[in-house]
Amino acid sequence: MTRFARNRDYYAGALMALIGAGAIVEGWSYGIGGLSSMGSGFFPVMLGIGLVILGAAMALMHSSAPAGHATGAPDWRGAVAIIAAVLLFIMMADGVGLAPAIFACVFVAALGTRGTSLREAALLALAVSVFGVLLFSVGLKVPFPILRGVIY
Amino acid sequence: MDGIVGLMHGFSVALEPHNLMWCFVGVMVGNLVGVLPGMGVLSSISILLPLTFSMQPVAALLMLSGIYYGAQYGGAICSILLNLPCHPPHAVTCLDGYPMTKQGRGGVALGITMLAAMIGAAFGIGQMIFLAPYIASIAFKFGPQEICSLMLLGLLAGSTLAKGSPIKGVSMTLFGILLSLVGTDINTGNERFTFGFLELSDGLELVAVSLGLFGIAEFLKSVNAVNPTGAKAVKLGFRDLRPQKDDLRRALPPILRGTIIGSLCSLIPGTGPTIASFIAYAAEKKLSKTPERFGHGAIEGVAAPEASTHSAVQGDFIPTMSLGIPGDAVMALLLGALMIHGIQPGPRLIVEQPDIFWGLIASFWIGNLILVFLNVPMIGVWVKLLSVPYRFLYPTALFFVCIGVYAARNEMFDVAATLGFGAFGYLLLQLGFEPAPILLGFVLGPRLEENFRRSVLLSRGSLETFIDRPISAFFLAACVVLLLAQVVAAVRKARAPIRVPETAFE
Repeated sequence: MTRFARNRDYYAGALMALIGAGAIVEGWSYGIGGLSSMGSGFFPVMLGIGLVILGAAMALMHSSAPAGHATGAPDWRGAVAIIAAVLLFIMMADGVGLAPAIFACVFVAALGTRGTSLREAALLALAVSVFGVLLFSVGLKVPFPILRGVIY
Repeated sequence: MDGIVGLMHGFSVALEPHNLMWCFVGVMVGNLVGVLPGMGVLSSISILLPLTFSMQPVAALLMLSGIYYGAQYGGAICSILLNLPCHPPHAVTCLDGYPMTKQGRGGVALGITMLAAMIGAAFGIGQMIFLAPYIASIAFKFGPQEICSLMLLGLLAGSTLAKGSPIKGVSMTLFGILLSLVGTDINTGNERFTFGFLELSDGLELVAVSLGLFGIAEFLKSVNAVNPTGAKAVKLGFRDLRPQKDDLRRALPPILRGTIIGSLCSLIPGTGPTIASFIAYAAEKKLSKTPERFGHGAIEGVAAPEASTHSAVQGDFIPTMSLGIPGDAVMALLLGALMIHGIQPGPRLIVEQPDIFWGLIASFWIGNLILVFLNVPMIGVWVKLLSVPYRFLYPTALFFVCIGVYAARNEMFDVAATLGFGAFGYLLLQLGFEPAPILLGFVLGPRLEENFRRSVLLSRGSLETFIDRPISAFFLAACVVLLLAQVVAAVRKARAPIRVPETAFE
């Protein structure tokens, strides 16, 4: 078992405590008021306190052989491809056009799998692009140009 | 006999061509999603959610619900023929279903599954017809205090009884409530947790949260990890599904027992179809005179859990529709969909929106019937679909996620938020969290705060109001019992560290 997996519950507790602390600090600035006249910050601060306590409990009750599903080590190639694919879609859909955005998104995402050839990825991307443009631009009228400057 | 009248009305709604078509689309998509390994119900419903914004609320709900129960039919095919527990409720069906496939009796297992599904679903729907209006009629009298305590109970049950560590489950719920507070506070007009983003002043988009946590995070987890070797397509035809007389005789009592177990489980918030299927399997094994046959292709081990799953899936809708309190993440999503259409969930729904409630119930009958007709004669087609590899599925689904989130309100910011939630959701998975309760908290959060504020305002700042009122006190007592039971279970587990066999499947 990796060191990460052994210490998993410590990290989990720390993350929750951190989020809770953030909610307390931010919520406090909204004004918590009292029970009879609650401010906007009352509920967030309560939730934050709860998260801090649960985070501490998680760390205290940690077990070195944690139950629950074991998620394998991150697959960096897949992760980079998927994240890049979404970013490409965000950057291209409006500026360059829906068709190239779909193509780029699907093509890059498909390359995240080891063993998928460039040709397979391109064919898949082409098929999804045609389908996507027909469904969303022609059918559902999503307000993107199909290809900016050429086809609207 | 309000039930009969309501049901007649429901059929007249559900049989309108427009609604019938969307019901068909829903169960079809659901069945497809169930069959395709690696695709989830939550992400499919979220992807299609934005498309329903322009539809009528009835049609939207019929379709989205159809995805949920339709996927149960497809999921069984996946479990029995490929030994892939792609849908949690069907994980236990693998145990005896796959050995049956190896013995060449996969068709019979599927045939029995269809029978079990029909009986289980029919019972679950019947239960909903009689129980939901009754529960709603009690809930009419609830004030903000009762609603608040009941929500607390629902959230607690939903987060502790589901799989994974209860502490982590509760913390996920709190995190979900926190996320729901983002945006303008309706009581004071203050902006909370918007950090200067104008796009956040209306709050986070439900679709962005759910597609991040259950779409992109799942892709990140499954890419290069979903086993492609299962693609050996078994050839199956209509005739192979027909069970022998002996199979029927063996399977019928477990189907009935499984149905009862499923319907009971669905009444306890938080114990959805997955838990029901495990209990039903365990019960059959215990009752059997030949428990050693289980795990080697016993038909009882397929019949009971499948019946209980389908009965629990339909029963799951009871608290959601009668109280407005969802028992799990799928129901939370459906409730969120209703709210987007401007429909206030709660006990008034059945009376004020009879089209939705009774139309939904009638569509369950119709949808289940469609599913049987889709699956039995066309089983060969679905089996072929099993061999679509994941490496082509997730890039396609990823594009649908992007465009779906964008289309929800034509806002690219939401797509970026989805990506953020995806990455964060993946981190949560790595840390052993189960993100489903986040959605529960996210959907219920605003109503929880609202009712809490109102209760305390009515009592002039005294928290005693929650225990002074008997019904509210009862719900709070149930919360305490639930928590104590968790502590006892945790202590027992610490004393005898036996690995629960269920974890092997998740």
